[in-house]
Amino acid sequence: MSDTVTMADLYPVLPEVCLALMAMALLMFGVFRGDKSTSSCSWLAVLALLLTGVVMALLPEEADLAFGGQFVVDQFARFMKWLVLIGSALAVIMSINYNAREGIERFEFPVLILFASLGMLLMVSANDLISLYVGLELQSLSLYVIAAFRRDSAKSSEAGLKYFVLGALSSGMLLYGASMIYGFSGTTRFDALSNLFTGPSPDPGVGVVVGLVFLLAGLAFKVSAVPFHMWTPDVYEGAPTPVTAFFAVAPKIAAIALLVRTMIGPFGELFDQWQQIIIFISIASMVIGALAAIWQKNLKRLLAYSSIGHVGYALVGLAAGSEEGIRGIGVYMAIYLAMNIGTFCCVLSMRRQGVLVEGIEDLAGLARNHPMMAAAMAIFMFSMAGIPPLAGFFGKLYVFMAAVNEGLYILAIVGVLTSVVGAFYYLRIIKVMYFDDPEDAFDRLPAREIGLIMMVMGAFTLFFFIYPSPIIDGAGQAASVLFSAG
Amino acid sequence: MVEVGLSHYLTVAAILFTLGVFGIFLNRKNVIIILMSVELILLAVNINLVAFSIHLNDLAGQVFALLILAIAAAEAAIGLAIIVVYFRNRGSIAVEDINLMKG
Repeated sequence: MSDTVTMADLYPVLPEVCLALMAMALLMFGVFRGDKSTSSCSWLAVLALLLTGVVMALLPEEADLAFGGQFVVDQFARFMKWLVLIGSALAVIMSINYNAREGIERFEFPVLILFASLGMLLMVSANDLISLYVGLELQSLSLYVIAAFRRDSAKSSEAGLKYFVLGALSSGMLLYGASMIYGFSGTTRFDALSNLFTGPSPDPGVGVVVGLVFLLAGLAFKVSAVPFHMWTPDVYEGAPTPVTAFFAVAPKIAAIALLVRTMIGPFGELFDQWQQIIIFISIASMVIGALAAIWQKNLKRLLAYSSIGHVGYALVGLAAGSEEGIRGIGVYMAIYLAMNIGTFCCVLSMRRQGVLVEGIEDLAGLARNHPMMAAAMAIFMFSMAGIPPLAGFFGKLYVFMAAVNEGLYILAIVGVLTSVVGAFYYLRIIKVMYFDDPEDAFDRLPAREIGLIMMVMGAFTLFFFIYPSPIIDGAGQAASVLFSAG
Repeated sequence: MVEVGLSHYLTVAAILFTLGVFGIFLNRKNVIIILMSVELILLAVNINLVAFSIHLNDLAGQVFALLILAIAAAEAAIGLAIIVVYFRNRGSIAVEDINLMKG
């Protein structure tokens, strides 16, 4: 490690540097042009995210470090970053029409999403406890603001307040854990930590294990795993719908990626110490996600519990702790992204006489008034319930297979049982759409781009089984990189 | 005279951390107190980090503490801004009034 930073050291960070510069340029553009430039600002933000992806694709494929080892780019980071960038870009596109109609058209919105995405990219690439924290906070601070983005709505500001308080608490716990790990191991670097624990009988000492538990609790907050899930339903319900769509995909994918890297990388040798915790929060998330959603009447709240359940399923792959399990998480997250974005496009289209409705009963008889939208929604619901041959089934299949191959039969059985319980409320939505007496028709599709996204995501979910290899291979390479390095 | 060593610093930090966490959960009055509790937690972490940094003779802990200070300031600013927005909508920042959404 040399003291001077050369340009070559910065190449691995080039996508992030580009995104940061473009976000700041966009902020200036917005400041000078005012709120009337919001829609051009939004499209420019989408362009910025695309360009970041292009820069990332142009960089050499092999793993590389930057900033003295604080930052790592490998196949795993790349795969997860693609998902984060796609999720963020789609969320920006979905927000354009909504924000204009609801009168919250402010240029800060796309800029904040860009900064949040930057934070997520840093999280995914974190290779040190310090860069982990800085990335996480850059993301969280932007998210607190966009949760409360609808300033005149009591619900939205309450969502922002709750998210802020619990998010700050979770950051505090994560930091306390990080300080314990630093103090009792003497380093914050991930590679140094993993070297420390290798050996015939790795004895981390009680201080590091306590720190690890705090760190896990903080990260579990961020992925909204039970028992740290209580903020999720309130924030999902209160935040404006495009913000909820964003929260449901990009930050969750980034936090899962961070959790996987932290557990498998530096603490991979301490698998026995953290496996129990992951198994517990995975089972708890699956059970709460399935049971609590049954009584929900608000669609956004229901999707919040559904996302808690999905995190539980994804963590089954981490509990397996094998390369196969991590591949399962990658596949699951890609499919989760498509299903959720598609579902939220449907939620965004639920308008009557210009007013947005979000109750499940409001979907009654949708099939007669809007057959295409009902069909798309049915695809997403069947897929979330995990019914073959839709994409959601394969997501679950890969993580459960990994669990079974590692001998975690109880985890797999609980997973299958909770999927059955979960199928109840997903199918109830389909029943309401197809068999209940129709209410007044919704307004016509609010914007062409929403319909387009809905169609693309529906097609992806429906036809995933025909050509699944790009995603499965990508996730497989991502997983193998984590295990070959550590 | 008792020599003040690492364990004393860690004890103080642990007590401050616990106070902060309890301040968030037990306080039923005012959101500002929650904000103060969050600061307490972050400062407990800073004491931990600086104490460890001196003990290990390694600068990384102090760099970490500086970064936490900077981020804590940004966090407090955003927290206060959100509280102002909330107060405008509801006319109160009592914790027991934050109950529009439940279930």
